[in-house]
Amino acid sequence: MTEPMLELKNVKTIVNPGTANETTILKGINLTINDGDFITIVGTNGAGKSTLFNVIGGNLKADAGQIFHAGADITKTTEEQRTTFLARVFQDPKLGTAPRMTVAENMLLASKRGEKRHLMPRRLKQRMSEFTKLAAQMNNGLENRMTTPTGALSGGQRQALSFLMATLKRPDILLLDEHTAALDPHTARNLLHATNQRITEDHLTALMITHHMEDALKYGNRLIVLKDGQIKADYNAAEKAKLTVDDLYAYFEM
Amino acid sequence: MNLIVSAIGQGLLWALLGLGLYLTFRILNLADMTVEGTFPLGAAVAVTAITHGFSPLVATLLAFGAGMLAGLVTGLLYTKGKIPFLLAGILTMTATYSVNLRIMGKSNISLLGQKTLFSGSFMTSLPQYFDSVVLGMIVIVIITLLLIFFLDTDYGQSFIATGDNPVMAKSLGIHTDATINVGLMISNGLVGLCGALVAQSNGYADVNMGIGTIVIALASIIIGEVAFGELTLSQRLVAVILGSIIYRLILLAVLQLGFSANDLNLISSIVLALCMMLPQLDKLFHIRKPFFKGVQTND
Repeated sequence: MTEPMLELKNVKTIVNPGTANETTILKGINLTINDGDFITIVGTNGAGKSTLFNVIGGNLKADAGQIFHAGADITKTTEEQRTTFLARVFQDPKLGTAPRMTVAENMLLASKRGEKRHLMPRRLKQRMSEFTKLAAQMNNGLENRMTTPTGALSGGQRQALSFLMATLKRPDILLLDEHTAALDPHTARNLLHATNQRITEDHLTALMITHHMEDALKYGNRLIVLKDGQIKADYNAAEKAKLTVDDLYAYFEM
Repeated sequence: MNLIVSAIGQGLLWALLGLGLYLTFRILNLADMTVEGTFPLGAAVAVTAITHGFSPLVATLLAFGAGMLAGLVTGLLYTKGKIPFLLAGILTMTATYSVNLRIMGKSNISLLGQKTLFSGSFMTSLPQYFDSVVLGMIVIVIITLLLIFFLDTDYGQSFIATGDNPVMAKSLGIHTDATINVGLMISNGLVGLCGALVAQSNGYADVNMGIGTIVIALASIIIGEVAFGELTLSQRLVAVILGSIIYRLILLAVLQLGFSANDLNLISSIVLALCMMLPQLDKLFHIRKPFFKGVQTND
């Protein structure tokens, strides 16, 4: 592919425009994401990490600048339209799954991400064995709870399911918004491990926000530091390998 | 005996109202006040159409369509106009009152001497009160099967997901505004259909016949849940129908105690309130009987 997977050109977002409370969150983001990039993103609260994801995801419109997906201008497309190539995992395990629907039903919904849904029988039974196999990859017993409503799962299982759902139908871009932050350290490590395995094995293009500097350094092949709505640093794999946790903390103390 | 048959027949006809509201109240998680306007709208459209010479079947289908339109209005006010849902429903409900008066031209129209779905030779050959049971059964079976089919389709699943987790639904590319509008249209279509059938069963349409319908619909839903506990989605639809019949039998029992028909709205509200408070009352007094297998709170 010659075109970058995703390109942001001078993207700005403004809150309360034209009022005394006008605040610019993203102050002109220029970012080129290539196929296979696994980018970890660090930054303080209010740096604009979540805003960046919302602008890429389409549930927040950019007030200036342009966004391109594989060369096509998607600046004005809606959140629903972007789901044809983009998948997200939220920080809150509750946001990623439908609580009254079963694990298998959730997976079936996710397998049709971005597609038109017709008045045709859903044919869940035919896909059960495929889904069970996928669930088994998460190594947390999810495969034994295929017919359980997701509301009855543990937070770790729910979040593992959310991740599975986001990758069930291969996305061009995967957005992980601190998706292990709400989990206990052990569960979080397992999910991060599974995340890394899936992204590297399937050669997915992913952006992952994290507050753990160690994780930011350990995972991915590129690292971005966001500060005050701007990209302060953008390290490639070689540069990232030489970075230390202290180097990253230095950005937060300035 | 006649009274019980009549109650079952009424329960079956009114079950459509419960099914309609189930789609919004339980599946979309929205409390839709529109039904208080849609129910008399369905009655008004059907009765007016019949008195203007339309066949009862066409008139009943027109009522379904009118209900869908009212549902769409509420849906658009909510999804596109960004009016809070409860208020959107109240607006449509209030506006519908005037619309109903316009349609009927007066506040009450009788069907005396007119053809209705109940006046066919087969219907009149049935013993007294069995006509409602038979017609109610036919309509309920058809509608329930259609709903079960719909909810099991890809589109139906996206409709359920919209109510269950709109953030997730959107992130999977489900157009939640559209699924909400479609859900409201089907729901209010069924309520309009219910109004049309009840009007034909009663032999008249009255602009005030919508008062209290939301409580009746909720009572069917909640009684079904209290009585039958945890169920699959398809079974829940059947529970709503049985809940509607049980509700009519409760009313019958209360009327036998000497209350008058004027007390019905008070009684309906008390029955619903008691059913909804049952989990709390159970905690306090341990009144749960063995046949109450559990109340599904669903939230």
